[in-house]
Amino acid sequence: MVDVTFQPNGVAAARTARKRGGLRNALRRKSTSAFLMTLPLIVLIAVLVIYPAFYSLHLATLNKSMSRFVGFGNFEFLFKRETFWLVVKQSCIFAISAVLFKALIGFIVAHFVHNVPANKQRKWRGMLLVPWVIPPAMSTLAWLWLFDPSYSAFNYTLSFFGIGPIPWTGDAVWARFSVILVNVWYGAPFFMIMYLAALKSVPEQLYEAAAIDGANWWQRIWYVTLPMMRNIIAITTLFSLIVTFANFDIVRILTAGGPLDHTHIFATWAFRVGIEGSDIPLGASVSLFMVPILAVAAVFILRDINKRGNEA
Amino acid sequence: MSTLAIDKSGPTRNVKYGSMSRDRTWALRWSYFFLTLFAIFSLVPPLYMLITSLKGSAEISAATNPWWIYHPTLENYVQLLTSNQFLRFFWNSAWVSIIVVTITMLISVPAAFALARMKFWGSATLATGVFLTYLIPDTLLFIPLFKMFATIGDWTGIQLINRWYVLLFIYPTLTVPFCTWIMIGYFASIPKELDEAAIIDGASWFQTLTRIFIPVALPGLIAATIFAFTVSWAQFLYPLVFTTSTDQLVLPVGIITTLIKGDVFNWGQIMTGALLGAAPPLIIYAFLMDYYIAGLTAGATKG
Amino acid sequence: MADVTLRKVVKRYDDVEAVRGIDLDIADHEFVVLVGPSGCGKSTTLRMIAGLEDISDGDIMIGGDVVNDVPPKDRDIAMVFQNYALYPHMTVAENMSFGLRLKHYPKAEIKSRVAEAARMLDITELVDRKPKQLSGGQRQRVAMGRAIVRNPKVFLFDEPLSNLDAKLRVQMRIEIKKVHQKVRTTTVYVTHDQVEAMTLADRVVVMNHGRIEQIGTPNELYHHPATRFVASFIGSPAMNFLPCRLEDTAGQLSVRLTDRIAFPLPPQRAARYQAVPRTDKLLLGIRPEHVTESKPHVEPGVEPFDAVLDVTEPMGMETLVYSTLEGTQICGRVNPNAGARDGGPLRMAVDLNNMHLLNEVTGAVL
Repeated sequence: MVDVTFQPNGVAAARTARKRGGLRNALRRKSTSAFLMTLPLIVLIAVLVIYPAFYSLHLATLNKSMSRFVGFGNFEFLFKRETFWLVVKQSCIFAISAVLFKALIGFIVAHFVHNVPANKQRKWRGMLLVPWVIPPAMSTLAWLWLFDPSYSAFNYTLSFFGIGPIPWTGDAVWARFSVILVNVWYGAPFFMIMYLAALKSVPEQLYEAAAIDGANWWQRIWYVTLPMMRNIIAITTLFSLIVTFANFDIVRILTAGGPLDHTHIFATWAFRVGIEGSDIPLGASVSLFMVPILAVAAVFILRDINKRGNEA
Repeated sequence: MSTLAIDKSGPTRNVKYGSMSRDRTWALRWSYFFLTLFAIFSLVPPLYMLITSLKGSAEISAATNPWWIYHPTLENYVQLLTSNQFLRFFWNSAWVSIIVVTITMLISVPAAFALARMKFWGSATLATGVFLTYLIPDTLLFIPLFKMFATIGDWTGIQLINRWYVLLFIYPTLTVPFCTWIMIGYFASIPKELDEAAIIDGASWFQTLTRIFIPVALPGLIAATIFAFTVSWAQFLYPLVFTTSTDQLVLPVGIITTLIKGDVFNWGQIMTGALLGAAPPLIIYAFLMDYYIAGLTAGATKG
Repeated sequence: MADVTLRKVVKRYDDVEAVRGIDLDIADHEFVVLVGPSGCGKSTTLRMIAGLEDISDGDIMIGGDVVNDVPPKDRDIAMVFQNYALYPHMTVAENMSFGLRLKHYPKAEIKSRVAEAARMLDITELVDRKPKQLSGGQRQRVAMGRAIVRNPKVFLFDEPLSNLDAKLRVQMRIEIKKVHQKVRTTTVYVTHDQVEAMTLADRVVVMNHGRIEQIGTPNELYHHPATRFVASFIGSPAMNFLPCRLEDTAGQLSVRLTDRIAFPLPPQRAARYQAVPRTDKLLLGIRPEHVTESKPHVEPGVEPFDAVLDVTEPMGMETLVYSTLEGTQICGRVNPNAGARDGGPLRMAVDLNNMHLLNEVTGAVL
């Protein structure tokens, strides 16, 4: 690695042909020290991120006791299991609907916050961001308690309206709704704060110009706000898609995949079979199914980041 | 379309002015109304934590109004804060978070400086790579990492599984990429002339970093520190996988595995523990909200 | 205190040559200004002297020593940047003393040096403030103070005044000149503003496309430009260039501008241009102050002509008049009482004693 880093300097020195020591040496030293400064980062990423990622591919090709190479055996096994297809379906439902609602609610709330006078925005923003600040494992416990089959505070309240009792985590459909609800509760503030930052970056003159051109409220959003925020909306949504798709805490604590595996998503099921079920290769295989969608999202994010880099 | 608009705007100007300010008043009222709804939605779970934490177990199991405290008591707090086990979780969490923050800063600040300022072979690729790493979720890596550390234990006899300090190796994979990324953004926004002035003043690269860049980018540094701390504090999957003995657990896992015993939920204590577990991030947030938000938005708006 | 010498200095960025072989001798105590349009290589040259850029070829000497390979901190130079580059987290005094503190000067000496520089720049009462609390002009002074306290061999200024408003720029220009008169440190100053260059410099170096066009005192450049670029770059409003040809009429050399207009050349000019081929495409270069209203008494070499003014710009002490001759605009400076008005006719005169004749193709001044 070190030699490779030096190569461009070496080539350049050869091309100039003239002997020129110090400053070039200084540049080389700069290059070396820069490399040394990034070395811990490189080592960390290489050893604890990239290696495990590939190791995971290797693990997925072994049998349960990890003594024998089985090729695509684990995948073939998964494809034949009904639970696996249930997990695929649930992961997609969970991620897409949660991200959709987070984005929508975040957008709406950001607009409301942006609407109120600037000196009061801080207070509202402060309250609305609280769900994002609390560690999700902790807040999900509160939701679990709010959803409690016998003491649910929600059902207590709803009973006054003649509704319920609702089996929040007991029924497959309701349980899916509940995990999505908690995820939306947790993630919407992130969208709100990102959109708010984007809204503030739209120059006021654009709205004034649009107003003079006769644009109504809706047209202003459609022709000014949305195009100006397109970048942020795209990147936040993609980012959230990754995080939501890979979510673990909320489902694990709220339903642990139940009832009857009807809320399992890739991460929780991988944990169930890989760690709790001690079938590490199968768990690795399950979690690998997150890779395609993550890769697609990552490519789009990267394209976006590069585009912005070029504009700057 | 255009003729219609002209027809409207001509003679009715005064009326329109009035209606506009009326519109605005109504828009404001609606904003407040919906904001209140959303604020209630946001704050119900933490408030309910607080309410439950102040109730005795008898009141919790009674069928009274769950939103009201009839007999406020601090017994849950007393029990938890005098329980060695709970304090152990708390200290484990605190230690892990503080050390991880330190490691993160020691790795990401010099790396970000090098990547932002000292262009070298592959530095652009590495910067992009750092960002990509940040996108790799913990749920993809926990199984291979678990197996890796188990294998290391088998080979070298150094037992890392089920030790709280194994988390010190693993958490930086979550914190370092993002912190490096946002520090690159903060460092890159410092004018180039500033380090040139420092170089002419006779500063070495290291002095430029410590005496110019770090003080100037202090807000970014604080934002990155807060991020690293909250991520370490809130992390749930890794400690759940890597630690099992009760004396090695960190707070989130500790509360869930020890306070939930089979089907018996001691909700008063669980809510108290959850609230205490949520407290450090909430306190940091309350005092350093602007930095917290800066760090949150930096990932997408910087770089 | 030292002289600075550049020998065939070249700067290449990949395939682009930003600086194409510069030779320059700057004497001790001299104030030299590098001036030219943006992208002419002046800043790159300065940064190579500073050591912020590696030089691709050639040699740079400071005080007789080749410093090609010497890092900036060991070149004993100080630099003032366009955006001041003050350390935002340090007070004025800390900013000024940063370099000395890095070199572990004794505290007492640092203090006295900072105090002296602050006194010289009249910023004594600002030393405990942060840069954010200062105005543009004050920041500029601090940036200069940071250079002065170091007592370096060479001062380098990189467009230090371009972030200031016009009025302050004039004021700071005088300030810089005063400081130089006091400390007498060799100074290299980069600007794109020719007025700044003329007013500050002992010698001006006009650069274009990575090359030196001409080196000279401000007056030399103004009155004896070597190339069309220098002639047009120095002076405001810029010199007029009128396409013309030389012609022998009745045994006398004259310069023909149009079919109708030709001016006989004064004797010493005629002698000078005798050898120029009559077929060459030439340009008559004449500064606006030598295109005036026609005076009643005839002076030798001053030739009258009739013009219709397109636009007039009253400046107070004079009026700038613009007219068109065969598609080429001529700018003249006339007395405000000469009766110039937009669209009106004016009898004008051109002073050929101060004319320049340029080759249109090569741009050389003949």
